[in-house]
Amino acid sequence: MRDVAIIGTGQTKFGRWDKSNTELFCDAALEAMEEANVDQKDIEAVYAGAVFPGFEEGQCNIGGHLVGSLHLGNIPATRFEGACCSATVAIRDAYIWVASGFYDIVLAGGTERALSMGTPFATKTFAMANDCKYEGNVGITFPGVFAMAARRYSKIYDIPLDKLREKMAHVSMKNHKHGALNPLAQFYQKMGNLKVEDVLNARMACDPLTLLDCCPFSDGGAATIITSADIARRYTDEPVYILGVGQGSAGHLGAQEDITKPASRVFSSRSAFKHAGLGPKDIDIMEIHDCFTSAEIIASEAIGFFDWGKGADAVEEGQTDMGGRPVINPDGGLMGKGHPIGATGAAQVHTIVEEMKGKAPKGNQVDPVPEIGMTDTLGGGFNTLAHLILGRSRR
Amino acid sequence: MKEYYVLTAKDFYDGLKEDKLLGLRCKECGQITCPPLPTCQWCGSKDLEKTELSGNGEILTFTLTDVPPEGFEPHYIVCLVRLDEGPTIMGRLDYDAEKVTVKYERSQELIGKKVKAGHIVLPADKYSMGEKLVPLFKVV
Ligand SMILES: CC(C)(COP(=O)(O)OP(=O)(O)OC[C@H]1O[C@@H](n2cnc3c(N)ncnc32)[C@H](O)[C@@H]1OP(=O)(O)O)[C@@H](O)C(=O)NCCC(=O)NCCS
Ligand SMILES: [Zn+2]
Repeated sequence: MRDVAIIGTGQTKFGRWDKSNTELFCDAALEAMEEANVDQKDIEAVYAGAVFPGFEEGQCNIGGHLVGSLHLGNIPATRFEGACCSATVAIRDAYIWVASGFYDIVLAGGTERALSMGTPFATKTFAMANDCKYEGNVGITFPGVFAMAARRYSKIYDIPLDKLREKMAHVSMKNHKHGALNPLAQFYQKMGNLKVEDVLNARMACDPLTLLDCCPFSDGGAATIITSADIARRYTDEPVYILGVGQGSAGHLGAQEDITKPASRVFSSRSAFKHAGLGPKDIDIMEIHDCFTSAEIIASEAIGFFDWGKGADAVEEGQTDMGGRPVINPDGGLMGKGHPIGATGAAQVHTIVEEMKGKAPKGNQVDPVPEIGMTDTLGGGFNTLAHLILGRSRR
Repeated sequence: MKEYYVLTAKDFYDGLKEDKLLGLRCKECGQITCPPLPTCQWCGSKDLEKTELSGNGEILTFTLTDVPPEGFEPHYIVCLVRLDEGPTIMGRLDYDAEKVTVKYERSQELIGKKVKAGHIVLPADKYSMGEKLVPLFKVV
């Protein structure tokens, strides 16, 4: 297997867009191609995360339309669907195909128009990521899954629910503070100075989660250019290397032993660490799938940054804020930046790459420039998990 | 071709309609799988037989849904219940909505409470392959 690098990334602003999924993907793709300095004829395959283009705009089979729009000839294009994890799954596959030597350069990213669907229908389609027969039919939503996880966490670790909600509020305060400083974020220049009470007293979304415990629905696209480490040198002096990848799966929530200790996430993150020959202590900067405040806490434990039951204290104490270690979601995360689900994983990579080049927006840039970063992306009720470990130096 | 499912989703729903909670007993490890799968959820064996469960269990966690998917009426309670026979399943909880919110100080005390399964029928939608049969738990 060859070493693999990222030579370009692009991201549209997240929020509400009057553009199609193809247009959002292509905007991000062309930005990534321009940054990488690759020509259309250099790209050999397109891997695109897109979860609901059929429901959003009546578009299936989006791959060919991406290739056609970008004038990439007749190269193969494949849509990847792993709910909110789709783009990370696409990038992991791009990694594998490039590492194997089958392709030299792959365009991998994602797109989504979830905000444009409106809350009731978006909630309906998102809930389709659960087991349709035994979970979706009950009326469970994703806020519901993480509301249930919060109550379970409170019970298991004997943290009174009120106290836990205060600790959870710090996830929202931290991520919105960062999102407010990120020009590509849905909530740019908004909610940069939340207080615990603001989060607790916001409108209830799914008890005990308020609106501010949740990420929003979003439209947006993001893309990356993946190539071998050797070829990367022809295009850029600043490649970012993919040091490890992991992916994991699990069935319906009931069959998972403990929804506060998601086994699929443990499996995926451990696979990525093993692959990279690194551990949680090596990570300077982390993009975590903070779809809900409780979700970030659970993830920070499952990846191995904190002991079980200690993630809530860690965020309250500021251990994952700027100056802490690892810094979690310096770009605002899903909560502040937005969550166009098919694109999210590629946007996480975009952030880590920008951080590693010292080009992140003011207030988002981690100092000193991070050497090793990681992304964590979750699809459904822990049904699909994927992790990428990125580094400034080749091993 | 051999059909591997000893109990399908349709069979499971048909059971629920009569307030029978159906599952599978593993002939290798003796444990119970519910809802149905083609393999034992504990050991992976395909050697399974249909069995009727007691419907008894305890609440692991729950939530009140204020923002439901299109086609669902708020405000209903979703819960995860660990059945006495071992597996955990999702269902609705028939309970006072006021008492499952954070505003009610003792709401967490519901966790661990014993429940028994019945069922509710929710209307079909475009995607649901007919009406939805959902376990409905009542505190006993
Ligand atoms: C929380 C949620 C229910 C709010 O939806 P809603 O009640 O329909 O809210 P609206 O869309 O009417 O928005 C009302 C206002 O709140 C803001 N808002 C919406 N969601 C927000 C959020 N999550 N955080 C902060 N502000 C939010 C909107 O921008 C809008 O502000 P404005 O009045 O200044 O324009 C919805 O965003 C949600 O379900 N999020 C979770 C998405 C999800 O499950 N993702 C998958 C995770 S794996
Ligand atoms: Zn068995």
